[in-house]
Amino acid sequence: MNKWWEKMQAYLEPRFQLSAIRDFAQKKKVPEHKHSFWYFFGGICLFLFVIQILTGVLLLLYYTPSVDAAHESVQFIMSQVKFGWLIRSVHSWTANILVGVLFIHMFSAFFLKAYRPPRELTWITGFLLLVLFLAFGFSGYLLPWNELSFFATRVGTDIAGVIPLVGKAIKTFILGGPEVSGATLTRFFWLHVAVLPAFALLIMGIHIILVQSLGMSKPIGIGETKEIFFFPDFILKDSVGWLLILAVVGAVCVFLPWEAGPKADPFASTPLGIKPEWYFTFMFTTLKLVPAHIFTIEGEVLAVLGFMLGGLLLMLVPFLDRRAAHEKRSPVFSAIGLAVVLYIIIMTALTYLAPNIGK
Amino acid sequence: MNRRTFVNLFLGGSFLGTVVSFLYPVIRYLIPPRQAEAVAKRIIAAKVGELAPNSAKLFRFGSSAAVLINTSDGELRAFSATCTHLTCTVRYEGDTETLFCPCHNGRFDLAGNVISGPPPRPLEAYEVEVSGGDIFVSRKA
Repeated sequence: MNKWWEKMQAYLEPRFQLSAIRDFAQKKKVPEHKHSFWYFFGGICLFLFVIQILTGVLLLLYYTPSVDAAHESVQFIMSQVKFGWLIRSVHSWTANILVGVLFIHMFSAFFLKAYRPPRELTWITGFLLLVLFLAFGFSGYLLPWNELSFFATRVGTDIAGVIPLVGKAIKTFILGGPEVSGATLTRFFWLHVAVLPAFALLIMGIHIILVQSLGMSKPIGIGETKEIFFFPDFILKDSVGWLLILAVVGAVCVFLPWEAGPKADPFASTPLGIKPEWYFTFMFTTLKLVPAHIFTIEGEVLAVLGFMLGGLLLMLVPFLDRRAAHEKRSPVFSAIGLAVVLYIIIMTALTYLAPNIGK
Repeated sequence: MNRRTFVNLFLGGSFLGTVVSFLYPVIRYLIPPRQAEAVAKRIIAAKVGELAPNSAKLFRFGSSAAVLINTSDGELRAFSATCTHLTCTVRYEGDTETLFCPCHNGRFDLAGNVISGPPPRPLEAYEVEVSGGDIFVSRKA
């Protein structure tokens, strides 16, 4: 065994220059302090993304992206294909857990001010990844062509349509026509399995290179700390998190397999109790509460512009938080961040606890 | 301008031109072609007697959904079923005699006007006409 391994290494070494990678891995260290728990969430996101790719590739084998066959093919996967229910449930549940972990990862980086120079681009690529994964969620939600996803797509794309000047063009481009139709399903499928993965891999590559080359950010005020080796110590600790998440995914898939729902009927009434995936519900409930008109502007236009502005400010926070950039504490930004988190939690909770709000 | 600047500008410009000439067809390809929308002018929405008082029926009107209501007084009214807020399809609620949009809890009265919730405009009203045994719905002129 050892001889075989040595021979293999001798063959690979001049071809792949493995020693350079090994040297890097052996030198790389991760600081350990009272907040280092939050470092693990990035690795968990990566792990969940790998699960998404693997299960997504498997689903492609039976899924058909057309209005007449999409829902039927998902039902076929769920009821006829051996373990089809498991593969689809893992894909859907992992997608939801991934978005949740992405939010935790982003807000933990926010509160630890990990966006301080020279890590501005790490923050921006991370923010873009969150946007990409929300787009993954939104496009993937329509693919089973069920009642809920049909109307959620109608509302979601109409939100894009209210953006002044360019909204209509964006909406037509996303939908492939004036309204949700077979062309929309084709486009969403194209986005979900080709365009978004390509961009996600590219940006994730940049994000990971930045994290590896710049190392982990230490929060303001944490001086010299103990450091542990990235390989194997940190990776081994990280893998405990991966195993825990895998156990959670397995448990929810077995006890709560993802439903296919009734097939979409574009000419039927919108079903009662409709709501989007949980991670969009804070925006959904805000749209319920916004009055029809604020001064002379339609309320939904203002709300959508408000969310877009909020997203832009969040992306640009490394350049706005000048105190943190100079290694000084910035309680104002922490307070704003806390208010945003509370807003998201309260609005999300209201969606489920007070569905009749604004009625 | 010296020769070096000229060559740089020429090569740079040519490269830019090539990139644009490659991108243009791709961008045009991504924009969906305009297709004629099915615009219905006048259709049979239901048969006379099909709808009991205080009930409604959804029907296809062109490429979108419309709703025909027989009020508790026996009056027939028709509206676009597309909510003016974010285009969900409204449903008739007999107990309140209103049209309700479950997406963001918008509510309209039986004249199509907004009673509550975020919809910014009333529902588009259609003409209803009874001829023979059929109920015809048409767009208002």
